[in-house]
Amino acid sequence: MSIVVSVEHVSKSYKLGQIGAGTLNEDIQSFWARLRGKEDPTKKIHDQHEDGSIHVALRDVSFDVIEGEVLGIVGKNGAGKSTLLKILSSITSPTSGTIKMRGRVASLLEVGTGFHPELSGRENIFLNGAILGMTRNEVARKFDEIVEFSGVSKFIDTPVKRYSSGMYVRLAFAVAAHLEPEILIVDEVLAVGDADFQKKCMGKMKDVSVGEGRTVLFVSHNMEAVKNLCNRVVLLDKGGVIEIGNPSATINTYFRRNSSLFSHIKYEAENAPGNDLIKLLSADIQLSEGDVLDIRHAFTFNFVFILSQNFDEFNYSLNMYGVTGEHIFNSQSVSFKAQKGQLKASCTIPANLMNNGDYTFSIMAVNKNSIPLFNFTDVLRFEIFDDRQHEKWFGEIGGAVRPKLDWKV
Amino acid sequence: MATMEERYNEPVWTKIITPSESLFRFNFRELWQYRDLIILFIKRDFVSVYKQTVLGPLWHIIQPLFTMSVYLILGRVANLPTDGIPPTLFYLSGIVLWNYFASCLTKTSGTFIGSAQIFGKVYFPRLAVPISVIVSNLISFFLQFVLLIPFLIHNYDRIHPNIYLLTLPLIIVVIAMMGLGFGLVVSSLTIRYRDLVFLIAFGVQLGMYLTPIIYPLSKIPVKYQWLMSLNPVTSIIEMFRYALLGQGTFTLQSISYSIVFSVVLLFVGVLFFNQAERSFVDTV
Repeated sequence: MSIVVSVEHVSKSYKLGQIGAGTLNEDIQSFWARLRGKEDPTKKIHDQHEDGSIHVALRDVSFDVIEGEVLGIVGKNGAGKSTLLKILSSITSPTSGTIKMRGRVASLLEVGTGFHPELSGRENIFLNGAILGMTRNEVARKFDEIVEFSGVSKFIDTPVKRYSSGMYVRLAFAVAAHLEPEILIVDEVLAVGDADFQKKCMGKMKDVSVGEGRTVLFVSHNMEAVKNLCNRVVLLDKGGVIEIGNPSATINTYFRRNSSLFSHIKYEAENAPGNDLIKLLSADIQLSEGDVLDIRHAFTFNFVFILSQNFDEFNYSLNMYGVTGEHIFNSQSVSFKAQKGQLKASCTIPANLMNNGDYTFSIMAVNKNSIPLFNFTDVLRFEIFDDRQHEKWFGEIGGAVRPKLDWKV
Repeated sequence: MATMEERYNEPVWTKIITPSESLFRFNFRELWQYRDLIILFIKRDFVSVYKQTVLGPLWHIIQPLFTMSVYLILGRVANLPTDGIPPTLFYLSGIVLWNYFASCLTKTSGTFIGSAQIFGKVYFPRLAVPISVIVSNLISFFLQFVLLIPFLIHNYDRIHPNIYLLTLPLIIVVIAMMGLGFGLVVSSLTIRYRDLVFLIAFGVQLGMYLTPIIYPLSKIPVKYQWLMSLNPVTSIIEMFRYALLGQGTFTLQSISYSIVFSVVLLFVGVLFFNQAERSFVDTV
């Protein structure tokens, strides 16, 4: 077990702001100073307003990668994953810190980088291979394999601009999949292609690590793919390392950190939303078990309202919405006699009903089945995570809901 | 003995990424490792331009012929002297060499902007792009040079090719270095100052009129000739004409000046380029 990649205290910050006429003078000063080996005089100016003009994308990131392992890197958008990958693949340099690597590195941040539309599939295989760091001989040796893997052999001498987007992606991935670096850096390339091809890609990724003993750094939003492929996972948030550990534990941490976005609210009586008749004091989500809200578990909304008078025929109407506003369902409570004062209510969503995704809901208080008292919109916002431990398919599963139904087969 | 073993177990890092490297870093070995890529870039540059054209690579030859015709008319109208050389040869020789310089300059100056997409996604030595441009333009220079030959033969009794023909490789190298050097400086600056993209096309055109392409240096009043010679391309063009046609104005000093200028320029260009390469992904 030897270390092949060692990331030591890597930080990266970006200078924000407009580039314009003022930068010319500054640049000349800075370049002249550095040429003479002196300290950059403009540097100090920027360090002063650190919070305003400097964006820190990575903050003191350190970890090691062991030979032959598949290391997953996960985190929300903006957590610093892409920046880290760009530094690891030498596309941009760190602001401070060091990265040491042993062996040939190839990175796959995009499928089909450098494909030229006017050139044929054959010519592009060689060009793309060379861009990714293969020599001509290596590509030539693997050529037949690449063509076969891509499944576009009939069109290999046609300019790629005439390819369908699917063919284009397949050819591009085929080239990338036949790279033979000791260290492979992959960014979410699995998000492309049809189901069949995705399966093929996943299989190839597994072969590369398990079968051929290569080290893979894999960045993805697809937690199921990460869980399935990786030996260890690094969780990034706001540019820092939160946790490094085994996949399921680290991914749970990721879910936990993200699921508490908006999942409980509490108001003081004077500024609570509502009207003269009814106000909402608090709302939260309670999980039936564990600490991750996923599709296999039931969960409960709890509400506390305050009523300023009695109602004879009171009921609730709850509307669930997807994050883009699509109406998922409506559910109504039975009518009951409500007393003035504090009023508690809860509503349980059963397990195996919802699809994974982001949701929000509104709850309406109604009198006599027809007179709305108040509609509380966008009460909570939460994410239901996926759970596919026993499945082979990691792509998106569509549909407003994803009920578990009684099948006879 | 133990220390020996420890030393063997210490991993040998093949790649170390650190924040700032010296501006003078120039990694020939890495560039050599990527030679296949350079060759493919050359092929791409050369082949892709003429895909879906009827005449294909013939355009390399047609372009200078058109330009020559324009100058012939211009020269006739304005009664411009040609140093006693047949005008066709005078213009064509100037155009061919100047074209090489100009295309090296304009095409390498677009390196960062033209390749921003690919540079942001994959690493390879960035110099591979401008170098491939220089070479693919060299191929088109040779094609155009071949075009000169029938004109030379046709006028064999009015020209005097001489021993200076041996300096031809030097001439080409110096012109290439100057085009590359200028191009690298400009390409590095375009990252921050896009204004240069517009200026460069204009600048190259202006530069041609400040270089003896459509007029001979000998017809410039002697007291202003030194001013013309400040332009490092001037004496190279004159030497090229002299070698080929037996007529041209240059001195050892003026040629040395051009050579030194091209070396320094290329050095500065690489310096700028290295600097730009490190930060451009964050800027573009």
